[in-house]
Parts: sequence; structure tokens; C-alpha cells
Amino acid sequence: MGAMRFDVHVEVRLRPGIADPQGATVERALPALGFAGVSGVRVGKSIRFTLEAADEATARGEVDDMCRRFLTNPVIEDAVVELLEVAPA
Amino acid sequence: MSARIGVVLFPGSNCEADVVEAYAVLGVEAEILWHADPTTKGCDGVVIPGGFAHGDALRPGAIARFSPVMDAVAEHARGGGAVLGICNGFQVLAEAGLLPGALQKNQGLKFMCAPAVLRVESTDSALSGGLELGAELSIPVNHFEGNYTCSPETLAELRDQDLVVLRYVDNPNGSIDDIAGIRSPAGNVVGLMPHPERAVHELLGSVDGLPLLRAFAAAAGAPLPA
Repeated sequence: MGAMRFDVHVEVRLRPGIADPQGATVERALPALGFAGVSGVRVGKSIRFTLEAADEATARGEVDDMCRRFLTNPVIEDAVVELLEVAPA
Repeated sequence: MSARIGVVLFPGSNCEADVVEAYAVLGVEAEILWHADPTTKGCDGVVIPGGFAHGDALRPGAIARFSPVMDAVAEHARGGGAVLGICNGFQVLAEAGLLPGALQKNQGLKFMCAPAVLRVESTDSALSGGLELGAELSIPVNHFEGNYTCSPETLAELRDQDLVVLRYVDNPNGSIDDIAGIRSPAGNVVGLMPHPERAVHELLGSVDGLPLLRAFAAAAGAPLPA
């Protein structure tokens, strides 16, 4: 808890090199709908929440810790984190 | 020595009664361990059964690994106690770091529910002691996220240290190196995607699960060195 408030967006992605059966299926489906030229489809997860913290560095550290211990499985996934400061509640 | 087996029940588990029944067939005492109780109640062996623990929210096993019982399971494993994760239970053990690697969605995005032929690749585990190396067993699989994967370094360790317990003869889900089940280096912790508890009676189409579950009870009663 702290003086600042952040909207947090965590994008969970399969690590490069990890097969993505969902992405492959979506990619195969697109040409049937007339969307040609699509490649490299990867399906991930998007997690959003609000976080209170003393400052941005603390907030980022906490989110990184969440990602490592819980929000991702580091064996197969990594995360891209976006923080946006918002007005205190 | 007769072992007492504990079968962990999470909200969303759905194979715990099958495991208890399978052990009844073998004449081995088995009881349910509720996930919120931080104890294995002195059981000699712990089975984490299949199902959808905590609804598989976020990822299979991601929430279950934080259930109070899991600290006790980890402690039991550290002491050399026998731990078996079946299907969702394997996913829980992988998430908990008690076994390496991860289970991802099946290749081809197919939910698999069919008998699978497994080959015994190591007899140096709590699930396979006394079995014949190379023996083939018919055991059903029933999963969507059973596609075992791991880093190249982990795969090298699994191969070099003989940690692959069971391989699919005809890989149904895209698992790396046809892996169906693995063990910890000490052999006391084993995880597999197929369901041995569903192959314990001729009426179920196979009795090949019996030697595996019998071996686990034997290992639980006479623990392997930690």
C-alpha cells in the first residue's frame, strides 16, 4: 500500500520456441476467412489490475515478483508489464 | 509393511474416489486429505489425483500449489516420502517445483480421452519398482493440457539421469521425447498424465494400472532414500 496508484497490465506470452497450438490453429483458420498473408500468430493472456505502492519502482518490483511466482509459469511463459499511474482512490 | 495412502482433495478434483477405490481393490488403506488442512496426516504415500483443482484458474496447478496441504506434501517429499501426481496432480507437482518442466495444451488442441500404450523406461521410481523394464501397459489418458515440455537442459538431465519413468509408444499429445511420466532424482516423487487408477479391473478394459499402484504402495511402505 502507498501513496501512488497504478493501472497494471500484464501480458503473459509463451516463450519464444514454445509451441503454441492455439496460435497455430488460429493461423490455419485465418486464410479460410479470406485473411491471407498472416504468420507468426501467438495467443497469450492479458491480466489487468490496480495496484497501490509507494512509488513506481516499488510497484514494478512487486509486479515482477507476482509474474515470477504466480502469474506466469517461467518454464513456458514470460510477461510484458505496463504500469500507468492513475489518481489516488 | 502395509502402507497408508493419502489422496489429496482440492476443490475441483474429480478422481480422488477412483484412487481410493483402486487401492481398495489392492487391499491398501487409502483416505482423503483435504487441501486446506496443512498435514498429510502421517500417510506413508501421498497421491495428488486428477481433475481441475481450483478450476484450473490461471493455469492447471497454479492455485493448487499454494493450498495449505502442499507445504506438508513438499515436506513429505523432502523426507523421501512417496508422492504421486496423476494428470492434474502431475500439473500441480510441476507448478510446485517438485518435478521439472510444464504441461501445456495438447498438440492439435485435441482433448484426449483414450487408452494409451506406455512403455516402462525406468524401474527406479516409487511408481515402477519391480516392474519389467520395457514392459508395455495400456492406461487411459484424459487431458487437454498433457503436452510435457521443458528446457533443453532439463531434457538432457531427464535423459542422462534416467528420470523418464514412462513413455508413450504412440505419442498422443505432442509431449517432448514421448514423455508420459517422470520422477525426481531420488525416485520418490513421480508424475504422469495417464490414469493408472482407471485401469484396475477387466470391466474397465485394462488392469495394467494395478502393478503401478501396487509398486507405489510398496515404495510408500518402505520409502526410498531421500
